Amino acid sequence: MDFTFSPEHQALRRLVREFAETEVAPLAAEIDRKHQVPHETLRKLGEIGLLGVCFPQEYGGMGAGETGYCILMEELGRICTSTATCVGAHIGIGAMAIHLDGNPDQKRKYLTPLARGEKIAAFGLTESNAGSDAANIRTRAVREGDSWILDGGKVFITNGGFADIVTVMAVTDPALGARGGVTAFIVETNWPGFKVAREEDKMGIRGTSTAELVFEELRVPHENVLGKVGEGFVTFMKSLDMGRLTLGAACLGGAQAALEAAIYWARTRKQFGVELAHKQSVQWAIANIATEIEALRSLVYRVAWMVDTGQTGQEFSQLAAMCKMYGSEVASRAIDLALQIHGGLGITRDYPIERAFRDARIAEIFEGTNEVQRIVIASNIFREYGVRIRP
Amino acid sequence: MDFALSEEQRMFRDMFRNFAAKEVAPRADEIDHAEMLPKEMLRKAVDQGFLGATIPEDYYGAALDNVSYVLLLENLSAACASLAVTIAAHVSQVAMSVLDFGTDTQKEEWLPAMAGGEAIGAFALSEPDAGSDMLALETRARYEGDEAVLDGVKTWVTNGELAGLFLVFARGPQGVDAYLVPRDTPGLTVGYREPTLGLRSATFNTVYLEGCRVPQSYRLGRPGEGAAVAQRAVDRMAVALGAVGLGLAESSVDVAAQYATERVQFGVPIGQKQAIQNYVANAHAETEALRYLVYRAAWLMDQGEDFSVDASLVKAFGARMARSVTNWMLQVLGGYGFMEDYPMARKYRDARVLGIIGGPTEIHAFRVAQAIFAAKDLQIAP
Repeated sequence: MDFTFSPEHQALRRLVREFAETEVAPLAAEIDRKHQVPHETLRKLGEIGLLGVCFPQEYGGMGAGETGYCILMEELGRICTSTATCVGAHIGIGAMAIHLDGNPDQKRKYLTPLARGEKIAAFGLTESNAGSDAANIRTRAVREGDSWILDGGKVFITNGGFADIVTVMAVTDPALGARGGVTAFIVETNWPGFKVAREEDKMGIRGTSTAELVFEELRVPHENVLGKVGEGFVTFMKSLDMGRLTLGAACLGGAQAALEAAIYWARTRKQFGVELAHKQSVQWAIANIATEIEALRSLVYRVAWMVDTGQTGQEFSQLAAMCKMYGSEVASRAIDLALQIHGGLGITRDYPIERAFRDARIAEIFEGTNEVQRIVIASNIFREYGVRIRP
Repeated sequence: MDFALSEEQRMFRDMFRNFAAKEVAPRADEIDHAEMLPKEMLRKAVDQGFLGATIPEDYYGAALDNVSYVLLLENLSAACASLAVTIAAHVSQVAMSVLDFGTDTQKEEWLPAMAGGEAIGAFALSEPDAGSDMLALETRARYEGDEAVLDGVKTWVTNGELAGLFLVFARGPQGVDAYLVPRDTPGLTVGYREPTLGLRSATFNTVYLEGCRVPQSYRLGRPGEGAAVAQRAVDRMAVALGAVGLGLAESSVDVAAQYATERVQFGVPIGQKQAIQNYVANAHAETEALRYLVYRAAWLMDQGEDFSVDASLVKAFGARMARSVTNWMLQVLGGYGFMEDYPMARKYRDARVLGIIGGPTEIHAFRVAQAIFAAKDLQIAP
């Protein structure tokens, strides 16, 4: 057992923290108000290699592994949830699918510019009738010579409004359904037939683009099939597992920031002549949440270590679901507590905790609702005992 | 025991529900985005008599009993919590303070104007360094002959943007005084409006008092009686905010349950899933528990009984339940719950604010504990 970070990972954390504090923190309120993470921020993140943090060096990545990626997400999550979400959708699910299942040509052509931040990725799975029930997608891809023709659409696609590359899931054989009948495609958004239909007006992570995409006779060359025809669901589920782990890491950062804010205001705000820190209900609440955050930290980095040491079997999928589910709930609890300790300041848009409160709520919903995570965890547990459960 | 509403109360409830559904609900999202109640909506509320809800007929009020009044707030809140809070502050904090503590002249001067919506009431108690702690008030009232001169800064003044009449609390020579200060009084300036997380169309402002002179006859109650005026107002508002929380909770259950019958995943409406059933069942239980605490507190008020501890119970429990119910019901809507063009996100933001305004949950929980321990001869300090 060794619970220390390597010198390289410690250096990476210093690099990300400095970037987040100097380049992102001053803009965080404006990112929320103006509904945009500046392209400049993404460009700079790319320039210093962070958008390829976990990808191999031969494809323009930093090669810092999943642990490095979790460090990036934790540190960004600590400062600005919109920026973390945008980066997470880009690296963690969009580009990740290409990293996991792309062939060398696809990686050279697509992963390299994505890792360098020259292009931005999105992940196109969810449809209006296929949310938790992802296997229920209707977007259709029909083979036509050397191409596939895509028709349909996607909703709630993070980065969808401005991404250059979208990995899209489409039905290639309706008779086979999710197992064998669904294929992943790499789509360039400047191709004819690709349309951004609308941008959502969200309660939080307002700096991110959440778009509805429409495909009308969108022609995709066969060489852009990601993985094997019919095995798209497997590719996407593997990407989602990675995304769930790193979303847990972003939540860890958000929870940590909330705890720090709660401690600051508990030391600063006085009621009835004493600082709130002297009130037992505040002490208890801080003790509880600090414990949960430590448990979350251990979980997240243990699972990252599993990925970095090649342990990505069935148990990984279950643990990644735990990272996402527990992380999002710990972050929500930490932020709720911190808001309460702020008093009136906590419910005004003048303080970052108000934004954190709006931002945090989506983590219990997207990338698989926490209900779906519980289904994943429970089915893994019961499978060990020979019980197959259905969602 | 009798848990039935009277025929009159039922009639009022249906009327409030219809008004909320027809006049308010269709515009609630737009109102939230605009962060301001439209003037014509307030006008309609005035025409219905809502601004004079519990003001007696002698003063041209609607003379509602308190149970009917919480039914009003509950039903308005189900459509638009900002409107309900605006009316609650006007009626519960200001108009009822005038009725309970005012002289005949004060009542005749202000209550008809408040019932008619010509003067909206605003409640100016909190200060930058004094929220729940009345002993820490720094606003001063200096007596000069027949006048009192007010100096200080008030924060989180509910209805600050709209008000014609401010109920201001200040430390005078004999303790805390309460003053009725018309908006146009020289020395009173309405300042910064808080950009709030929720209740975005209710207004909360900073109010500056700089050498603000009012006749002594504008004082509400005797010198030093201001703390009692404030406490009564806080108690009344606590019940009112419980009703606002109730409206948010019950309308959220309604929205989520409807969605769960329509949203199909894994081949069935999600209402068929046990997790969703549990969310809805628990939320409904919490809502009904809150309902009867709110109605009971209002009934105690109508009986003329002391309702101060019950008010705190309602406020602490109500804010917690509204938070918990809106949170779970938002989860039922999944991604749609997070979108501002559906009502759940607004209800969730509105509900969270209830844990802070009108005294945070902790202070109300303290007052409940204080009463429990006092019955066992243990005095506790906040």
